[in-house]
Amino acid sequence: MPEHETAEQHGSPIREVGEFLRRRREQIAQRWADEPLFRAVFTISRDEAVDAARTVIDALAQVADAERANDTDAAGFTVVREQLARMGAARSRAGFSTAQVSNEVDALRPPAVNLLIADLPDASPDEVRECATALTVLMGTLRLVVLDTALNENQALIERQQLQLLEVATPVIKLWDGIVAVPLIGTLDSARSQVVMETLLQAIVEQHARFAILDITGVPTVDSLVAQHLMKTVAAARLMGAECVVSGIRPAIAQTIVHLGLDLGTVLTRASLADALAYALHELGSGIIAPTNGGTVRGDR
Amino acid sequence: MTDDFYRVPPPHVPVLRLGDVLLVTLQGDLHDSTAQQLQQEIGETIASSGVTGVVIDISGVEIVDSFLARTLAEIAANSSLLAARTVVAGMRPAVAITLVELGLTLPGLRTALNTEAAMDLLAADTHRPGGPREHR
Repeated sequence: MPEHETAEQHGSPIREVGEFLRRRREQIAQRWADEPLFRAVFTISRDEAVDAARTVIDALAQVADAERANDTDAAGFTVVREQLARMGAARSRAGFSTAQVSNEVDALRPPAVNLLIADLPDASPDEVRECATALTVLMGTLRLVVLDTALNENQALIERQQLQLLEVATPVIKLWDGIVAVPLIGTLDSARSQVVMETLLQAIVEQHARFAILDITGVPTVDSLVAQHLMKTVAAARLMGAECVVSGIRPAIAQTIVHLGLDLGTVLTRASLADALAYALHELGSGIIAPTNGGTVRGDR
Repeated sequence: MTDDFYRVPPPHVPVLRLGDVLLVTLQGDLHDSTAQQLQQEIGETIASSGVTGVVIDISGVEIVDSFLARTLAEIAANSSLLAARTVVAGMRPAVAITLVELGLTLPGLRTALNTEAAMDLLAADTHRPGGPREHR
C-alpha cells in the first residue's frame, strides 16, 4: 500500500499541516492581515492585525499537533476564543450578519491552502490533497469556533438584557403620602409579575402606603394567567394592610376579561390612574380642589 | 444539653389591654399549641373585659404556616361573635406572598400596615354610627 507508506514516512497529514503552519507562520499572518476579517477589526495598525493573525495561527498549529482538527473544544482554541469573540462582535456591530462573518472566516482558507500547495513542491499529488483536506477541515473547525463564540456572546447579551428589563420595567412611584403606584408596561409573565409583587410589597412597607395603584394601561393583553397574577398581588397587598386599586383597564381588555369569565369581583378598579388617585386621596381624607376665582392663585382678583 | 435548651416550654404570648383594644404581639416562631392557647385566651379576655377591638401585631413573625393563618382567621371570627373587631397588623411582604401562593387570602380578615394604622382603623370604626358597641 503506497499511500500507507507515504503516511508513515511523513506522519499524518494533520501533523504535516501543523508543521507547515509553524514553518510559514509569518507568510500566512501577512496574508491574513490583508483579509477583510482582520483588516476591518484591527484598524489601528497593520502590525496589530499581523499579531492577531499570528495568535490564531499558533492556536491552529497547537490543535493540529493534538490531532483534534474536528474538535471545537480543543485546548488550542480556548486561548483565542476571547480574541475571536471580539472580532466577531466587531463585525456584528458593523452590521454584518452571522453568515457574512462566517464567510469572512472562510476567506482565510484559500491563501493558507495556496501557500500549503506551494510549500509541498516535491510531494505526491495524493499527499498534497490529503494535507489540503486536513487544512480545510481545520479551517472549518475555526469557522465553527467563531460562530459558536459569537452565538454564546449573543446568548449572554440576551440574558443580561432580560435581567435589566426585569429591573427597569417595574418602578414603584410614590404619588402621595401613603399612595404608591406601579405602571405596568409590556407583557406580564410569571417571572415579571413575581418581581412586581415583591417590589410593590417592599414599597408598601417602606413608604407606609395605605393605597397601591396597579396601572395596566401599558399591558397589551390580559389572559387568565395575567389576571391571576393581578389578583395575587392585590390579595398580598391586602394582607399587608394596603388597599390595591387596578386602573387603566382598556375596553377591549375589559371585554376579554368578561369573555374569559374571570371574576375580578374582589379587585377594586378605576378607569384611569387619575381616577384611582382621586379615590385614594378621598379615602385618605384629602382632596384636590380647583382654585376659585378669588383663590390664592394670584392673591388679587 | 442542647436538646433541653431547645425544648423549653412554648413562650406565653402577652395579651395587653389598651383602653378598648387588646394588643397581641407575636414574636418569632409560634408553636401550634401556643397559637391555640392564644386563641382561647383572647376569647376569654374579650368576654370578661368587653373590649371592642383586637390588634394582632405579626411584624415579628417570619414564618406563617397554614395552621397559624387558620388560627388568625378563627380568632377574627371568634372576636366578631363577641362583638370585637380584629385587625392583623404588620405582615411582612415575604409572609404575604407565601400566604397568597398557598391560596390563603384570608378574606374575612382585616389588615393594617402597622399597629398604629390598626388602632386608627378601630378608632374610626368605633366612632362611626352603627359601629361596635355604639348602643352602649
